[in-house]
Amino acid sequence: MIGYAIRRLVLAIPTLFVMLTAIFVLVRLVPGDAASVILGDQASEASLRALRAKLGLDQPIYLQYLSFMGDVLRGNLGQSLSSGRSVIQEVLLVLPYTIELTLAAIAVGVGLGLPLGIAAAVGRNGWIDYAARLVSLIGLSFPAFVSGILMLIVFAIQLGWFPVLNSGDGGLGGGLRSLALPAFNLGIIMMAYVVRVTRASMLGVLSEDYIRTARAKGVRPVRLILRHALRNGLIPIITVIGLYFGTLIGNSVLTEIIFNRPGLGKLIFGALNSRDYTLLQGLMIIFAICVIVVNTLTDLAYGLVDPRVKYKS
Amino acid sequence: MTAAAPTTLSRPGGLWVAFSNNRLSWVGLVLLAAIVLIAIFAPLIAPHDPLEQNIVSRLEPPSAEFWLGTDSYGRDVLSRLIYGSRISLVVGFLAILIAMSIGATVGILAGYIGGPFDQLVMGLLDVMLSFPTLLLGLMIAAMLGASLENLIIAIAITEIAPFARIARAPTISLKQRDFVEAGRALGFGPVRIMRVHILPNMISDVVVMGSLWMASAIRTEASLSFIGLGVPPPAATWGGMIREGFENILDAWWLAVFPSLAILLTVLALNLLGDALRDAIDPKLRAE
Repeated sequence: MIGYAIRRLVLAIPTLFVMLTAIFVLVRLVPGDAASVILGDQASEASLRALRAKLGLDQPIYLQYLSFMGDVLRGNLGQSLSSGRSVIQEVLLVLPYTIELTLAAIAVGVGLGLPLGIAAAVGRNGWIDYAARLVSLIGLSFPAFVSGILMLIVFAIQLGWFPVLNSGDGGLGGGLRSLALPAFNLGIIMMAYVVRVTRASMLGVLSEDYIRTARAKGVRPVRLILRHALRNGLIPIITVIGLYFGTLIGNSVLTEIIFNRPGLGKLIFGALNSRDYTLLQGLMIIFAICVIVVNTLTDLAYGLVDPRVKYKS
Repeated sequence: MTAAAPTTLSRPGGLWVAFSNNRLSWVGLVLLAAIVLIAIFAPLIAPHDPLEQNIVSRLEPPSAEFWLGTDSYGRDVLSRLIYGSRISLVVGFLAILIAMSIGATVGILAGYIGGPFDQLVMGLLDVMLSFPTLLLGLMIAAMLGASLENLIIAIAITEIAPFARIARAPTISLKQRDFVEAGRALGFGPVRIMRVHILPNMISDVVVMGSLWMASAIRTEASLSFIGLGVPPPAATWGGMIREGFENILDAWWLAVFPSLAILLTVLALNLLGDALRDAIDPKLRAE
């Protein structure tokens, strides 16, 4: 297991390398160049040249690439052009909010999706199954900002249960209230995916012979489903939860804008609007690293759930 | 081996029966047809000019003259909604067409050539797949600048990887089949074998996935327009309309609701259709 973990971590290095290279290329795809994008059309030639020198854009491309890679490896992701703080500082400032939102969303998504998916598979073609499929189909069709706005209109404006704008503090109660809507918004969309995969995975497991054997020897239904079936059905579910992390981050950008919550998404939005190109590049690198870390952890989680997964060399 | 090969259209009758037996697929088909017709005949259906501003009647609630009310420039929301369907459908369709063409080509090449080339391509695709679609689209659109063409390009790039994966798997099993061997023995070049003997045998899988991914493309388009990276104003886009409605959400909440429902219905229709098609070509599900 430890050997596998190390090998899996080593495998993540070339992936990271490719992602960093892709980001380097992407940022240099800007029509004209980054300096003219940042300063706009009216910028003077002198200020363009000064900014190019500051960003290192006046150097040959291979030197830019080497210094880019060197900086990233040393943990230097550059400085925000608009605030002057380092990208790492900017991220650390808002990271707790995003982690809080992401964890709450996963709790909602898995907490609702897993039981509903199991119920749908057990009562196949019954009313729970149809309801679960309908709910998940509708959930899959919602762009995160559409569901967010509809929730805001219904629960905050019409019913007045929650604050329309996140006021910041207000103690634990206020914090929970301003977390509840965004977390539900992200969580319900995630639930749609979890229901689907749980249902499909459980249907597959429930039709296997060993389940029939267990049933025949008199294992009670609850124990049969939770202990015998779910344990084996969990692998695809974990995969989807892991893969969904990327989508979750994407959706949290929209959710944070709508509910006016601080976080990584709000940071990206601000960087876009102020054309803060170094902050944008730094954020892309951080997202790439997050995605790789989560993918690796997902792979490692298989072994904990299913002892049959053998990590051969 | 031959039985497991992806000859999904070997029984086209079976595919059609499986598709048409699914009631939800008909809901999706009718809904999508209605939206496409609305987009095509937009100038005939729309009661007002979608760009005509009328400062006197701004932010009006739904009324007999303006069925869905007016926005902050006094423009008719219904007419803008009708014209907005054009951009959503055109962007979604063209982005998927581009992603499908590039993705299928890459997937067939990787599967046919195999070896280190295949490993390299699939490794790159895995990297692309693991990066969030919306963030990737957002970065590309931000770097290229907001315009219709750039929006299509950005969305197309984010959707290449899944098509390449779908095209690669059947290529690997098809290239060992007898008819491909025969073609090789007759001296056909690799390009001809890939185009004439492999592509037609898997195109249905790729096209079916296209309808599922078009839903995703339309969602991404709406999201990018909402963020402000879509087709620039004053053009009517659903995402852009929601953005305007969001800015006036305390005074006129209905502004954001109608375009939201339009996006939801369109994506739902494509998802229903795509699900039904996918179930229909999957022999495991068809047997049930």
